[in-house]
Formats: sequence, structure tokens, C-alpha cells
Amino acid sequence: MNKLTRFDWYSLILYIILVVIGLVNIYSTMYNSSDNSIALGFIQKQVISFGLGIVLICIIQFFDTRFFERYASIIYLISIASLIGLWFFGTEVSGARSWYGIGGFSLQPSEFAKVAVALALAKFLGDFNTQIKRTKDYLGAFLIMGIPAILTLLQPDPGTALVLLGFFLVLHSEGLPSFFFTILISLFVLFISTLLLGMYWVMFAIMLLVTLNIAFQFKRKRKKVVFSAVITSLLFCGFTYSVSYIFEHIFEQRHRDRFNILLGKEVDTQGIGYNINQSQIAIGSGRFSGKGFLEGTQTKGGFVPEQQTDYIFTTIGEEWGFVGSAFVLLLFVALILRIVRVAYKQKTTFARVYCLGFACTLFIHVAINLGMVAGLIPTIGIPLALMSYGGSSLLAFSIFLGIYLRIVYQRMD
Amino acid sequence: MRTRFFPILVGSFGIILLIRLFSLQILSDEYGDLSLKNSVLKQYVYPERGYIFDRNGKLLVSNQPMYDLMVVPNNLKAFDTLDLCRMLKLSKQELGFKIAKAKSYSLRAPSVLLGQISKQDYATLQEKMWKFPGMYIQRKSVRAYQTDVASNILGYISEVNYFDMETNPYYKRGELIGRQGIEKTYEKILRGKKGVTYLQRDKFNRVIGSYKDGVFDTLPVPAQDITLSIDIDLQEYGTKLLANKRGGILAIEPNSGEILMSVSTPTYAPNLLVGRERSENFKVLKQDTLNRYLFDRSLQGQYPPGSPFKVLNALIALEEGVITPKATFNCYSGHFYARGQFMECKCKPGTVNNLDRGIHNSCNTYFSNVYRRIIDKDNNAAEGINTWQRHLSSFGLGNYLGYDHPVGQSGYVPNANFYNLWYPNQRWRGATTVSNAIGQGEILMTPIQLANVAATIANRGFFYTPHFVKGIQGDFITPGFKAKRHTTIANEHFKPVVEGMANVVKKGTARIAAVRGIEVCGKTGTIENFTKINGVRTQLTDHSMFIAFAPKENPKIAIAVIVENGYWGGRWAAPIASLVIEKYIKGNVKRTWLEKRMMEGSLEAEYAKVTSNKPFNINE
Repeated sequence: MNKLTRFDWYSLILYIILVVIGLVNIYSTMYNSSDNSIALGFIQKQVISFGLGIVLICIIQFFDTRFFERYASIIYLISIASLIGLWFFGTEVSGARSWYGIGGFSLQPSEFAKVAVALALAKFLGDFNTQIKRTKDYLGAFLIMGIPAILTLLQPDPGTALVLLGFFLVLHSEGLPSFFFTILISLFVLFISTLLLGMYWVMFAIMLLVTLNIAFQFKRKRKKVVFSAVITSLLFCGFTYSVSYIFEHIFEQRHRDRFNILLGKEVDTQGIGYNINQSQIAIGSGRFSGKGFLEGTQTKGGFVPEQQTDYIFTTIGEEWGFVGSAFVLLLFVALILRIVRVAYKQKTTFARVYCLGFACTLFIHVAINLGMVAGLIPTIGIPLALMSYGGSSLLAFSIFLGIYLRIVYQRMD
Repeated sequence: MRTRFFPILVGSFGIILLIRLFSLQILSDEYGDLSLKNSVLKQYVYPERGYIFDRNGKLLVSNQPMYDLMVVPNNLKAFDTLDLCRMLKLSKQELGFKIAKAKSYSLRAPSVLLGQISKQDYATLQEKMWKFPGMYIQRKSVRAYQTDVASNILGYISEVNYFDMETNPYYKRGELIGRQGIEKTYEKILRGKKGVTYLQRDKFNRVIGSYKDGVFDTLPVPAQDITLSIDIDLQEYGTKLLANKRGGILAIEPNSGEILMSVSTPTYAPNLLVGRERSENFKVLKQDTLNRYLFDRSLQGQYPPGSPFKVLNALIALEEGVITPKATFNCYSGHFYARGQFMECKCKPGTVNNLDRGIHNSCNTYFSNVYRRIIDKDNNAAEGINTWQRHLSSFGLGNYLGYDHPVGQSGYVPNANFYNLWYPNQRWRGATTVSNAIGQGEILMTPIQLANVAATIANRGFFYTPHFVKGIQGDFITPGFKAKRHTTIANEHFKPVVEGMANVVKKGTARIAAVRGIEVCGKTGTIENFTKINGVRTQLTDHSMFIAFAPKENPKIAIAVIVENGYWGGRWAAPIASLVIEKYIKGNVKRTWLEKRMMEGSLEAEYAKVTSNKPFNINE
């Protein structure tokens, strides 16, 4: 096969388009007609990160894929060490100790940890001794993603922790016993319904379902069925109770508010609901074709907080309308699906799992960020991959992409 | 391996989000406008309110600057509070309170620290403004009155209220609207149309530039000036004549319908409703239920017309052919109009009155007979009274005249239905309602209606809708005011009545109203009136009433004067009317002794009787 066509240009071009769209909108967000030096300053920093990313991608193309496979554990350990090191050398920004200050730049090691975990998981699953269906092995996999997740959660940076835990989806697609996924889904349903309906109704519903289940299964071995049913219902009730307990007693008011706003239980557009409300106003006011570049009134007025980072999509929604925001959404979906498709063409487990890890990380970022901005899920601070202002995130994704491109290009047996 | 897991997951996410975006951006209407409210500031540019002139071009109402001291609490720095307090004449506590109030409203948006600072205070304050960072002075335009009278005509402006904003979307909070008088009727002309500038603002409500470079901005449409038909000198003169008396004068130019003066006393100086003391003053004016400063007696006061009404009955009788000018009735100091029912008259017993003498002697007997002939013409009282009422309504009685001032009353003229209610089964006749003959019964008229009747007689049968405005920036407006409104009385019937009215002044009840060199035609009235004191219907001293026009040929002025509780018509009303006529036609008044008597005469003692809580005599 031709060397050039073997390279995944498609993904690289999507990556560049998305980053450039991001740059344009960061500029528009920070733009001020009387003084655009601020906007240019932001753009300058982001362009440097972008250039650095491109350079890194190029450098990575000179490595051999085997290098990444061989040194995956080392990279992982370094990454863990860098997360632990935050306790000693990290700088605190708005309550979270997530950054290293290096000169004028600050670096967020948890962003890079995602790459490390993807590599480590790929190596672990790619080992011919590993059988994902075996308890020992899947526990090992859980450990690989769990350790950095806990470390980031402690910073505290729940958003990144959630992304790291997102590798669970990769494990599921790799054949993790479906028990875990079922449990996860049912716990999620229980969680939401407990918040919506209250603990007692949910418990009542569980009891009712279990009783009906037993009643219609009298032909089978009754004792065993009854026993297991009672156990599950007790567990579910316990979970329901703990959800309700955690929500009422452990969550702080701001967490509770976030959920309540989303579930439509509370409307407070000036207080805690301000972000969600303003970002929806911005997106909604774009209508079909948007207000035009640099013309967003919400954007110019700075009504949406953190608009250049987590809420960058609102600028797109306001200034480019449905056309623009749907276009960006489709670009992301196309990129992720492309990576997934390429992943399943890979011949080694290492390569496949790494690619899926990349796709999964991108997906979690995009899904949570856009979901939050569009008011579908509670406020969780995660940047929009490739587009949000922020060097570490862009660099980490560049490295992710670089390794991906290299692995795909080298496609080994 | 679950190879389809990721594609399905990503695909369904894409679809869900696409639907969400579609519903937010395409389906929902809610968010488009919200964003405008949020981030675009509409700033209005107001044209200066139009001036008001009198008929001779004298400036009555202009504008003056007033100054609001504004504060932006966040920009405040330590300043010399005592110095500021001294200049603003505030105590330190008051100042602290006002600043705290501004802070609680907004730290970043400006609010009014002290409103309506006069020019004088502004002059001293302005020099020291640099000492007070975070404060600035905002110029505002308010009305400036060049006259102390005519407040009842001019009306006033005030800030729009919730109702105004609900009913008319033009008005926004804090704007001014003509609330009363000419300011209200001609609001649209006097205010012009505001222009709009759209400004982009940020989340702190700070303005950060013009919105879309001003493509949506509009320019203000300038206001127009108004010239009133009022003669302000005459208005002032009339106000002086009515000093210390309650009453009204209304004068009309018969050949145009222009209102020359509209005096209502007691009155107030229009400047009282401008500036910092406005609300305090307004409260005082509004709460005085005895003097009723805000009640326009010349337009709103409904009185029984009394004897001036007799001329209308005479005209109707002539038109209906129930009398001729030569027909006579005998008077025996009154007459029995029904068994045991006697109506008094001032004529000597045995007087024989024809139309002329009936009018200038104001004979009750004569007009009772005339009235009964009208009503009982075809032995059908209901038909008769309806005919009578139809004739009266052609004079504009019992209804609003349609003039260009927002206040007024319709007056009242009864018809058959009214009496059928009181006396069912047709058990009433002309004699039953005979009080109407002498303008005392159920009839009510306002001074402007009376003046308009005088003008109609002066014109011998038609009138123009009375109006206050002569022109708007030079051009006459409202074609409706130029149309003749004819009465149902034929032109020839006016001659004998006018003759009788001329004799009222020459040899009748109002000889005091004679003006050398001018033939004045008039009719006096002495009106019985009642009030309730502690729930008891009590008769008060009669109202003094006079209607007139002059000169007899080519009349220039028609006038109605009422002086409440002034006793007989020739005592107050007739002299006042004649002085006004003299002043208007001749320019100056020779009869200074009469002028002095009118201006200095007071009826306060008469009015005090009602509230004295003691028994009192009337008509003394």
C-alpha cells in the first residue's frame, strides 16, 4: 500500500479544522471592539499550544509503535508520579491543586494522564496472558484507571476523574462481563429516579417489581429465586437509601442545586442556574444561521461565564446558529466514529484498545461538555476537546492523536 | 468484543444533541428576545417638549433644565460629606441613607442620589464636582411656566404610571406624559417622538459600545409648539376679579369658537407642580375638598342654569309657534301654576309682560306659562318635553361639547323617560316640571355650555365647537372646530330675544353691566342651591350668574360667569362679565371703582358658614 495513503489524513484534517474553529471562536469570545489586544493575547497563547501540538505530532511519527507498547507502564508510572507530585509542587487555582506552574505557562498533568492510562490499558489488555472476562484481570484493569481517577478526584477535579473512569466503556466494548454494565445502568436509573421521586417511592417500586417477579416464577426453583431476588432488592434499596443520604447530607448545596436545576425542580436564573440559563440563552438566540462573527450580543456582553474555556460552544451557537453548532457537532461525531472504525481494523489488541481509548476520551469530553452547555446534564467542569481555550488539554489531545496516527500508520501484525 | 457498542453510543449521542440544538435554536422562541433584553440597551433620545403660547404670541410654557445628582456606588471614594451636605441642604444621616439606598439598588448602575436640583444649587455644585468621584450630574428637562394663572387650562405633566405603560407601549418607565389639560389633549404634538439608540452592554450593565454600529437607531421627531386661543391677559384679569370667590368665567369668541379665557377659582400657580416640592404641593391641592383646586369650575362645575335658561325657553317657544313676541302674560308677583302651588316673581302685581319685558324683568310667571305651552302643546307632555329636549341638545346641552380639554361634564337635560320614572302612568304635565321654566328644575349646565349658549345667540343660531387651541406651529388644526353647528331654532326668532337681552342691561336686572360705547346683551341668574350639612339638605346663598355677549352686532365675545353663593346675578357675576368685556374690547377699564370692588370683594365668610357647624342665614 502507498505510504501516504496509509496515513490517516482524514483524522488529522478533522483535528486541524476543529482546532481552527476553536481559535476563531476564542477570538470572538474575547473580542472587544475598543481593545482587541486581550483577544489577541489569548489567541497567541492558544496558537503556541497548537503549534507545539503539531510539532509533537510530527516528532511522534519518528518513534516506533513498539516503543509505546514497551514503555507504556513507565509512562503510566511517570504520570501517576506527576499526579502525586501535585501535592508537593502543584499550584492551587480556584480551589483545585491541579497545575504545575512552569514559567509563564501552567501544565495540568491530569490531562496527560489520560494518554498514559490509554497506553497502559492497551498494553495490559494486549498482553496475551490477560483475559478480560477473568476476575483477576478485570480488577487489574479497574485498578489502572482507578488510581489516577482517585488521585484527580482528590485534587479535586471530578471532571477529569469522570473522563478517566470513562475508560470503563472501552473495557465494556472489549468484553467485560455485561453484569457491570447492567449494574451501572440500573444504578444510574435508580439514582435519577430517587432524586426525582424520592427514596420511599423508589423503594416501594423495587419491592413491587421483585414481588411480581417472584409471583410469576413459581414454576422454577422457588427458594433460590426468592433468595436472590430478596438480596438484589435489599441491595437496590440500600443504594437508593445511600443516594438519598448522600444527596441530602454529603452533597453541598451547590451540588444539590445543580441536580435540581437540571431535573426541573428549581428555577433560579440569577443564582446557581445562571450558567445554564445564560448559556442556553446564548445558544438559543443564535436561531438558524446565527448572529454572525463578532456579533453575538450575549458573547460580547460576557454574560456566559468561562465562555472561552468550558462554554466555548455557546459562542458557536450564538454567532453561527444551528448551522454552525450542528456542523461542529457532526465534525466531532465524524472524528470519533472514524477513530472507532480504524480501531476495529487494527490487528493487535494493543493498537485497538489504544484507539478505542482515544475515541472514548474524546467522546466523554464532547458528550459531557455539550450536554452541559445545552442543559442536558448537570454542570461538570470539562473543557470541549480541541476547541476550549487551554494549552494542556490541546497538547494532551495532540499527543493522543500523534500516537494514534503513528500506531495506525505502522499497523503491525 | 462488542464492536457495535461505540458506534451506537456515539451515534445516539449525536442524534440526541442535534435534536436538543434544534429545539433550542429553531423551535423555541423564548431565547431570541431574552438575549436582546440581556445585552442590548435601548437608550432613548427625547426631543424637547413643545412650547405653549397664548393667542397674542406670549410665551406661557417653556422648558427649564433641572439637574439630578447621580451616583455610581462602586466608583465612590472618600469625600467631604459635610461639604456636600451643606450644598445640597441635607443632613448627614439623610445623605448616608440615600447612598445606602443607591447601593442596595446597584453597585455598578447609576441611581439618582438627589433629584431635581435647581439651577442655583447646580451652579455651586458643578464647580466642586471634581471633589466627588463616583457622582455626576444629569441634566433633565422640566416645564417652566411664564404665567401664574391658567393652570386649569394648561394642566401638568408627570411620570408615567403602570397603567399608562400597559395601555400605551410607547411609554417606558420614568418618562413624562401630559397628565391633565392641554398637556394631555395635545400630548403627541407636544412630546414629539423619541429616538432610539441601541447600545451593547456587558454583564455588569456597563455600556461597551454601539450595537451593530447603529443600524437600528432612529432619530427623534421634534415636538411642535402650540398656540392657544386663550388671551392670557384676560385670563389673568378674570382670575383677579374672582379672587377670594369660588366660581368660573368662560369666554368664547363667537365667530370662531375660540375660548378666550377659562377661569376657575380658587386656582393655583402652575409652577407649584414643578421641582422638588411637587409631590408635597400636589398633595395639598388634591386633599383640599372645600376649595377643590384641581376641580375646573368653568368646565366641570354643573349648576342649575337659573334665569339665563329663560332665553332658551323663549327661543323654543318661538320656534314651536306657541307664542309670538307680542303675546303677554299677567303677573301678580307670581302665579298659581297648580292648585295651591304658587311660584313667586319679583314683578309688581298686575304687570303685563310681553317677551321683551319678560326677559329683562326676568319674569317667572311669564316663562312658566311659556314653558307650559311648549310642553303641553299637543296635550302630550311626553312628546312636548322630548321636543323641548331635542331643541336644547342642538345647543350642545346635556352632552359633552367636544372641546379639546380632557375634563368636563355633560350637564343634564331631562326627557320624557326621566319623568315617566318619577311620575308613572303619564301622571305629569307641564305644570309638574315647571321649575324647568326658570332653569331650576332638573337641568344642569356647565359654565362653558352657558357661554356657548351666549355665543350661539350672538351668532343668531349656530356655534363652533369651543376649543382652546388656535394653531399648532402656525397651522390651524382639527377641521372639526371649523364647522358650524346649527341649532334647531330658525334665525328670525333670535332677534326679539337678543332685543330682550340688550334691554336686560339697558333697563333690566343688569344695568350695572352696561359699558359705555358697547351694547352688551346679557341675562342674569340667581340660582337657588342646596348642600348637605351633616346629612341635612340645607339651602345656601344663591349663586350669582350672568351670561352675555357684546357688542350686539358683530359680537366679539360671549361670556358666562358664575360666582358661587354670590347672591343675585347683578351683584357679582354681571359686573365681572362687563369688566371682562370692557377689558377685552376696549383694552383698558375705565370703571376702576367697580373693578376694585370686584377684586377686593370676598365671599370667604359666606363659604365659612357651611363648615362653621352653626346655624346661619342665607341671602343676606
